[in-house]
Amino acid sequence: MSEFIPAFEWQRVMVEPWAENLSTTFWIVLMGFLITAACGLIGNYLILRRMALVGDAISHSVLPGLAIAFLLSHSLNTLPMFIGALGAGILTTVLIELIHKKTRVKQDSAIGITFSTLFAIGVILISFGQTDAVHLDAECVLYGEIAFVPLDLVQTELGPGALSVVEKIPGLNSEIFLNGNRLTIAPPSVIRMAVVTGITLLLIVVFYKELLVTSFDSGLSSSLGINSTVVHYALMAMLSVIIVSAFEAVGAILVIAMLILPGATASLLAHRLPPMFGITVVHALLSAVGGIHLATWLNCSPAGAMVVAGSVLFGLAWVFSPSQGLLRRWLGRELDELNEEELDRLAKGV
Amino acid sequence: MADTPATNGVNFPLEIHDLTAGYHKKPVLWGIDLQVPKGKLVGIVGPNGAGKSTLIKAIMGLVPPSSGWVKIFGKPYNENRRRVGYVPQRESVDWDFPVTVMDVVMMGRYGHVGWFKRPNKADREIARDCLDKVKMLPFAKRQISNLSGGQQQRVFLARALAQESDIYFMDEPFAGVDAATETAIIALLHELREKGKTLLVVHHDLPTARNYFDQLLLLNMRVVAYGETEEVFTYDLLQKTYGGRLTILSEVADAVGQRAK
Ligand SMILES: Nc1ncnc2c1ncn2[C@@H]1O[C@H](COP(=O)(O)OP(=O)(O)OP(=O)(O)O)[C@@H](O)[C@H]1O
Ligand SMILES: [Mg+2]
Repeated sequence: MSEFIPAFEWQRVMVEPWAENLSTTFWIVLMGFLITAACGLIGNYLILRRMALVGDAISHSVLPGLAIAFLLSHSLNTLPMFIGALGAGILTTVLIELIHKKTRVKQDSAIGITFSTLFAIGVILISFGQTDAVHLDAECVLYGEIAFVPLDLVQTELGPGALSVVEKIPGLNSEIFLNGNRLTIAPPSVIRMAVVTGITLLLIVVFYKELLVTSFDSGLSSSLGINSTVVHYALMAMLSVIIVSAFEAVGAILVIAMLILPGATASLLAHRLPPMFGITVVHALLSAVGGIHLATWLNCSPAGAMVVAGSVLFGLAWVFSPSQGLLRRWLGRELDELNEEELDRLAKGV
Repeated sequence: MADTPATNGVNFPLEIHDLTAGYHKKPVLWGIDLQVPKGKLVGIVGPNGAGKSTLIKAIMGLVPPSSGWVKIFGKPYNENRRRVGYVPQRESVDWDFPVTVMDVVMMGRYGHVGWFKRPNKADREIARDCLDKVKMLPFAKRQISNLSGGQQQRVFLARALAQESDIYFMDEPFAGVDAATETAIIALLHELREKGKTLLVVHHDLPTARNYFDQLLLLNMRVVAYGETEEVFTYDLLQKTYGGRLTILSEVADAVGQRAK
């Protein structure tokens, strides 16, 4: 057993990532956090609307979108990839609705049909692209690698004047950003993800009312003039954008898991949406940090480790949840028994 | 005949002309014609699958009509949306949803608040008043999954009150509530009627329908009869509505019999 699991050395696992490899650790954790937060925030709505599987579907069916964009543009540039993925995401949503509404096929089957078909088309399309100089393969789409994030840093050289100013700014003068006279802005994928996460948060805050009422009671929302179909498609479009921007860096595994885990954890700990969003973000941060340590310890993929860390958090929430946790249920039973005794005593007129 | 929504310059709270509506191009409602005057408490009665819920949804534009039109106070629904309050069937929502009682009632204010804006203090006050009217104020902070069926129904009613509308559509507000809650709800409906509101309420229990409502709409895919309760609550019309179903018929006989007493 000990041959497979390396010993847990405090210094190596908990300290070194931040002491020796600060820059690498920082970017990986930040990227993991941004992705988990964005996925978790939108995931809350997927869970509430009973569409948890839709995220799974879209993350598979963006493949043909990426392939078509690649075949048309002959590049892996962000913009065509983005448009391709967005188109595929919307198409998936439309097809699921169409199959579900126009036939007797239930929604979960409609999801299964749609994404397996689109994914298969994607696989076929990708084989056309192999002859090109640049190449795209299903592996790289599904299993991106978060560990590569820090390898691609945008840096600018600073003149001596600028350098002396930057060196005095706390935070900026750390080795995360400053390497000799080169100032690191951020890896481009992190910048993109930060923008996407920011926009997600903004939209959730601005359209809180509309998202809430369409998710809870679509009859009332339509009668109030809030079109639930429009909100549905907007949500799916945002989901596609999140998925594709996360993908490039970390692949589908982290995305699919993180759409559900933070929201599910939050739903055990809170019974209103605003605190649930708070918990989602905390969960994202803890998963990212926990994941990097787990990955250092076990020498494994940080993305996978972050998912495991997130699952552990879910498990903890399950045990300790104030309203529905296992712990409370055990203690609660004792309390109930006490109450019965008391009731008995009352009934006997003592 | 007349296609004009107004008669003698007076707009009916609800006017429906030749409305046909259904699902998947299969009509459930045929040629509905209706003019409901102001300040009436109208019961909608008919067997399961008669299209009662569909009628309400068609009026509110949730089910697109294949022909005919609906006017609310002389205007299409979309232009007079704020004057309409809605209580859906209780089972139509997920009661495990992470919202409190107060959150649900606040949703009734959303139509008045507008896009991008948050409900303000005044909206909150109104919501509290409405909760108080249905005696649910002590439950304001409760999560809705911890409510009994009757309490859920009261919350829905409070939300409709918070809409501050002039005409209300309620789908089975008495389903699964105890006698005390039923009395409380009917008292509230009467109070709204005294304030000049118009109410259309889907109701399943024939014996009480006779006592509760000013007017009855007997519905079974078509309008079987519409008028003052004394005039339409007859054996023949009810039999026509419930279409020879024996169990129902004996219930009808009982109900009419009670009336004769
Ligand atoms: N979403 C839907 N899609 C397809 N058909 C529907 C839908 N909702 C209702 N129907 C059909 O329309 C008809 C009328 O249904 P509706 O719900 O309006 O009846 P109801 O009078 O409200 O019945 P109940 O007393 O059971 O509530 C039924 O035959 C039903 O099968
Ligand atoms: Mg119904």
